[in-house]
Amino acid sequence: MQVQTHVDIHSEWGIVAARQAGRKLAREIGFGSVDQARITTAISELARNIYLYANKGQIQIEEVTVSGKRGIKIIAVDEGPGIKDLRRVMEDGFTTSGGLGAGLPGVKRLMDEFDIDSEMNAGTSISAIKWLR
Amino acid sequence: MEETKISMYQLYKDMLTSYLKNKSEHALYHAQQFSKEMMEKDMSPEETVSLHLSVFQELAEDLPEEVVDSFDLLLEVMIGYGLAYREHQSLRDRQRQIESELNVAARMQKSLLPNGEISLDSVDLGVISVPAGKMSGDYYDYSLDEHGNIGVAVADVIGKGVPAAMSMSMIKYAMDTLPEQRLEPGALLESLNRVVERNIDSDMFITMMYGFYHPEEHYFSYASAGHEPGFVYNLEKDSFESLEAKGLVLGVSPKVRYKPDVINLNVGDFIVLLSDGVTECRVDEEFIEREQLVQMIRKYKHLSAQEIVEQIYQDLEKAQEFQLRDDFTLLILRRKV
Repeated sequence: MQVQTHVDIHSEWGIVAARQAGRKLAREIGFGSVDQARITTAISELARNIYLYANKGQIQIEEVTVSGKRGIKIIAVDEGPGIKDLRRVMEDGFTTSGGLGAGLPGVKRLMDEFDIDSEMNAGTSISAIKWLR
Repeated sequence: MEETKISMYQLYKDMLTSYLKNKSEHALYHAQQFSKEMMEKDMSPEETVSLHLSVFQELAEDLPEEVVDSFDLLLEVMIGYGLAYREHQSLRDRQRQIESELNVAARMQKSLLPNGEISLDSVDLGVISVPAGKMSGDYYDYSLDEHGNIGVAVADVIGKGVPAAMSMSMIKYAMDTLPEQRLEPGALLESLNRVVERNIDSDMFITMMYGFYHPEEHYFSYASAGHEPGFVYNLEKDSFESLEAKGLVLGVSPKVRYKPDVINLNVGDFIVLLSDGVTECRVDEEFIEREQLVQMIRKYKHLSAQEIVEQIYQDLEKAQEFQLRDDFTLLILRRKV
């Protein structure tokens, strides 16, 4: 059975709920404690981005299986203002929230696969996968 | 990777066992060496914490639950450090890349300046030009025409680094297209001014002094575009005088006139051209006075022109504790016969 969870993000409580759901699924899939912490940090970052810049959005967490490989997939969707310069936000050292090493490049590093789509005044959708080794 | 993990585990276990047994400095020293190895193997802080916990759990059976749980918190905090650490590594790689690009650009820029000595019977020429960073906003040139006239120029782009260097290369290319004006310092600066005015931002300026020495009539004709005055040394009187000419900096207004001046040079007399990086050298937190510079030149005037400029650079570099604040260019042209 493919587990899929949706968490609405419109407050910091939502961020915690998304983390909780992510950690639970990661544990069930069989990720070790270090990877569990990485996955929840990635979820945190994505959820915080929604909370800070789009006000409202959703985190979806699901198990994925591709040719025998198992993993966890996080999808962050919002209908916020969109990101103007994607290349810029994916650059190390560029951050609007003043964090060290975090932001979208941080999420990309924590996970194995990363994909982003954004349209001005329409919203942003980010998906990231971590594979079980 | 799996193999290194296993051997790291074993190593860490041996270290921790030994430390728990005799609490020796030796084991701690080992740990310090081990941390370097971990970084070489790209091991992140969170992996290290997790390694510590699993080794510890094996060594000390029945760890209290609180101790084990407390590691969840530590692990979470370490993820943040791990991210900052990886970002640091990637920024360091990028810095290396930028640096190597700058090195290529600096080499290219160097090739724009004349190299190779001019050895002539008529004059003794020496020049030194050192950028404060990798790229220079100073420009100098010396050239010899078929009649033996020797043209010399020093220009200074206000500003430093890459933008200044790009403007400097423009001066070089513009100079190359104006060979027929090399004997007309005023007209040459007027032409350069038009090029600069048209091609660079209004907040950038270039100052320049250009002149040439006529080896048969023994005079030096020059003009200046707002440039730091040079010096002329008179051997007979053993005196230094300022070498200046009025003129607006390049690039401010499209139509500017530059009036050339002429001075005669006797045997042993010499001309000094410089960029403001020389006079803005700071010794004991204060700009050196032009008078101090004159004293330095006087001290070395028995040497060849090249030796004089090199000695002065060495002295000033040392006096500033090897920290150049601005690009430094000094040129000397002395009449020999």
